[in-house]
This record gives sequence, structure tokens and C-alpha cells, in this order.
Amino acid sequence: MTIPGSWYLVVAALLFGLGAFGVLTRRNVIVMFMSLELMLNAVNLTFVSYARMLNDVGGQVDVFFVLVVAAAEVVVGLGIIVAIFRQRATVTADDISSLKG
Amino acid sequence: MIFANVLSQLPIALPAISYKAVAPELVLFGGALLILLVSATVGKRELPGLYRAIALVAALAEGGFSGYQLYLAQGAKASLAVAGAIAYDGFSAFAGIVVAAILLLAILIGPGFIKRIAGDGPEFLVLMLISAMGATVMAQGEDLIVIFIGLEILSIALYVMVGYRIGDGLAREAAFKYFILGGFSSAIFLYGIALVYGATGTTNLAKIGAFLALNVLTHDGVLLFGLALLLLGFGFKVSAVPFHLWSPDVYQGAPTSVTGYMAAMAKVGAFAALIRVFDIAFAGQIVQWRPIVVGLAILSMVFGALFALRQRELKKILAYSSINHAGFILLGVYAGTAAAISNTLFYLIAYAVIVVGTFGLVSIVQDSIGVSEGSCSLDQLRGLARSRPALATVTAIMVLAQAGAPFTTGFLAKFSIIVSVVEIREYWVAVVAMLSAAIAVAFYLRIVLAMFRGEPEEVEGERVLAIQGAATEAPARRQALAWIGVSLSLVFTVGFGIFPQPLLDLAARAHIVG
Repeated sequence: MTIPGSWYLVVAALLFGLGAFGVLTRRNVIVMFMSLELMLNAVNLTFVSYARMLNDVGGQVDVFFVLVVAAAEVVVGLGIIVAIFRQRATVTADDISSLKG
Repeated sequence: MIFANVLSQLPIALPAISYKAVAPELVLFGGALLILLVSATVGKRELPGLYRAIALVAALAEGGFSGYQLYLAQGAKASLAVAGAIAYDGFSAFAGIVVAAILLLAILIGPGFIKRIAGDGPEFLVLMLISAMGATVMAQGEDLIVIFIGLEILSIALYVMVGYRIGDGLAREAAFKYFILGGFSSAIFLYGIALVYGATGTTNLAKIGAFLALNVLTHDGVLLFGLALLLLGFGFKVSAVPFHLWSPDVYQGAPTSVTGYMAAMAKVGAFAALIRVFDIAFAGQIVQWRPIVVGLAILSMVFGALFALRQRELKKILAYSSINHAGFILLGVYAGTAAAISNTLFYLIAYAVIVVGTFGLVSIVQDSIGVSEGSCSLDQLRGLARSRPALATVTAIMVLAQAGAPFTTGFLAKFSIIVSVVEIREYWVAVVAMLSAAIAVAFYLRIVLAMFRGEPEEVEGERVLAIQGAATEAPARRQALAWIGVSLSLVFTVGFGIFPQPLLDLAARAHIVG
């Protein structure tokens, strides 16, 4: 039995939604950050599934670009988190809410 | 061994790289690398004069080259380079000139103030040049993935710059907010790219346009959802309402000179890409995306102006003002005609120069009244006209230029956008735009009134003395270069406000020929 490509797309969409939900609702900064990565990887899964369905290598190449960008984002993001942690010794978003719109 | 086998069997066809096409990026990136190299090899780490000179040369070279390209590209079709992933045409050349103008002003204004926070190291200018390169990549990107990479080069450098005052709670919070929401919007943008790829089989804008012109999609749900996500991503980046929530906080928390740079550069990159993606590649889908774009534009114009009215914090007022400006620029995208695109470019350069100059002035004001680069409330401006008349007058002119006062580029920019909207016969949109501009005048005038009314507070004097004692050099020397940058932007704003024709001609050359 072969699994149709659309199933992968649905899984990717669910993962993306889960990641987005995580970023918007979780309080822990590290978990927010992980959810962000989940969103990016859901996009990667979408790219690969479409590349397979369209029989086109372009989508697979795009994944590499996304991976590199995600790695660069991790560097800066963790740097900022470490800087926050050094000053406050806590990493929940409730503690960094003195700025209000 | 296996690798060598694979290589011999499948020669990888590398695309021919036209270095002429990517020269703006190469110059900026080369400048950044050179600064890093000098700081690493020369024993002394802090050589502010040399770093600044290299950065200025890089910015001027990039601007000069873009100007030459604009001269060559007059009315010609876009030339594609690097396997069709990069376009160079009048449009990208004009965007390159805007980038160079922002860089030039920001290099003159910024480092003197950043020095007080983080010393004279090379990092600030390097980050600035790299983020400018990201903006030029976005302006030239003819492939959605290339645009995404440009967006990330721009954004990641900006995340770091926003967090420069890391010792300060507000700045840390601003950096984190900008990072998380920026990453969130990038992921959404990327998902949009993936869905467009799924629907059309390519991420190349020219091929997408050709595919959509030849084929009628029976199920275009995926494509439209992808388009909506792309718009959402762009909406975040240009801080259009309702995706603006990050921007007032980030504007307040970031160092003032970074705020001005970010407000200008991020908008130039994002709008250049937005025009290329929506007005060119998805021109056939205009019926579907137009309602969303006009909705974002109207919400941004109206709520940007209204929210600013209830703010007492100067940098937040300017943040809402830039949301209001984003609404106007979105109207140019919405109109989408060749003339409208030229007017949008004119708006972009006028806005970019004014906004960098205004925030430069805010930096000088903050320096003069002795507050840090962080927040600055309207009350602290009281009596500025009495104590520093020249500073208050120039600030008033720039703020009024933002409001769209006649004899400034701000007026012409707003006027030409409204003309473009009237030309496509959407009169009600033009009326809303004018009303929002009228509301906006109220909060711009509040800033001016705050400076020109009342005596300076007694406490202020003591604070100024305390800061002056602490600083190693006199504020006048620190501010000298910043004044040059501010004067340049003032001359540009008023000069082209009175004699706009050369600039309008330049922008008219820059439209994209599909």
C-alpha cells in the first residue's frame, strides 16, 4: 500500500499549526523557540512532499536553504535568550512584558 | 571515491554568474568583510574612523553602481541572471539607490551614539552593511526562495542591532519580541512559498507568471492560501495593521539610531519584494489579492493615525506614524499600475530619508537632554525650543515633512500615491487616505507643540550636567557627524520638495517592465 502524497501535506499542515499554536500560547521562551523550529520543519516537509508529487528536484533544494536559514536564526535567537537569562535568571515570557503596545 | 564517481557521471551544470548583476550585493558584503578583516588583523580593535570610511565607500559605490544601472536600464525589460534567480532592472537599481541613501545617512548618524553603548568596535557597521545587502537581495530577487533568503539576511542582522543595549530591560525585551515575531512571520512567509510551489511547480517568479498565464487552475485553493500567507508574512515585516503589534515596542526598545535605520531599510526591502511578487508575478490574480491589500492599507492608515493620538512616548508615536506610512505605500501596491509603482518608489525614498533623519534628530535630542537611547516621552521635550532653538526647528521641519507639509517630499509622496488611487477610480479609498493623513497631522503637531511650549524643567539642567560630566567627550563633538547626516536628509527633503522634477523623473524610469 502506498501512502498518497496528500497525507504528508496534511501532517505538515498539522505540524505547522501546532508550531504556530505553540509560539502564540506557550510562556517558556525556549519552548516558543522550539515551536518556531517546528514551523520551519513543517515547511520543509511540505517542500519535500510537493517535490516528490511534482517529480521536481527544486523543492528538495529549497529545503537546504531553509535548513541553513534556520541554523542562522538559532544562533541569534539563542544569543538573545542567553542574554535575557543572564540578567533575569528566568526564561518565561511573563517576566519580559514591561513594554505594552 | 563514490563521490568522485557521481561527479564524473553527472556533471553538475553550474549557472553562469553575472557579477555585474550582483555587484551591489558584492560591494556591500565585501565592505563588511573588509571591516571584519581589518579589525581582526590590525592589532587595535577600535578604529572608528577607518571602519566608517570603508562603510561609506561601500555605500557610495553601491549607490553609484545602482545609479549607473538605472541610467542603462531605462525602459528595458528586466535582465535575469544567475539561472533566472536574480533580476536587474530599473526597479532594482532604484531600490539600490534608496538603500545607499539610507546607509549613507545611517553611517553618519548612528555610530557616534552607539559608541556610548557598545564602544567603537566594527560590529555595528558590519551588521548595517550586511542587512543592507539583504535589502538589495530582496529588491533583486526573482525567485521566492531568493527573496526569503534576502529577508532573513536583513532580519537576522536587525535582530542583533535591536538588541544592542542588552544591559537594558526594555531593549532585551524588544529584541526578543522582534526575534520571535520576526521568525514567526518568516515561517508563515515560507509556508506561503511552499504552497505556491505546490500549486505552480516552481518558485521562480517569471516561471510562476508564465505558468499562471497559460494554465487555469481548477482547484486554486492551495495557490490562494499560499498568496494569503505570503501577504501575511509581508504584512508583519512592514508592520501593517493588524500585524503591527511588535513595532511600537521594538521601536521604543531599540537604540534610536537603529530604530530609524530599521524603519527605513526593512520597509524598502519588504516593499520592493512585495511589488515584484504581487504586481508582477501574481498580476493575473489581482482580483483575489486586491481586497486584502486595500484592507491592510486602510486599517494601517486609519489605526496608525488613531493609536498614535493616545501615545505620550515619542518613539512610539513615530512607530505608529511609520505604520500610517506603510498604509500609504500599500496603496501604491494596491493600485499596481506602472505609474503607481513609480510613485511608490518615490514614496519609499522620500519616507526613508525623512525617517532616518527624524530618528537621527531624536538621537540628538535624547543626547542633549541627557536620556539614554531608549525611551523619550513628550514631556521631556518641553522647552526644547527655548534651550536648543536650532535643534527644535529642524526637528519640527522633519516631523512636519512626515505629516506631508507642502514644500517637502513628504507632501509630494502622499499626493502622488493618492493620485494613483484616483486614477484607478477608487475614489472612496482616496478619501479615506486623505482623512487618515488629516488625523495624522494632529499627532505630528503634538510633537511640535511639546517642543515649542513651556519652560525647560528645572531638573533637566542638573541631569544634563551630570551626563556631561560622565561622558568622555563633549556632546557637540559626538554630534558633529550626526548633524551632517541630519542636514543632508533635511536638504534632500526640502530641496526635492521644492524642485521635485529630477527625482520624479528618476522614479518614472524605474518601473518594472514585466
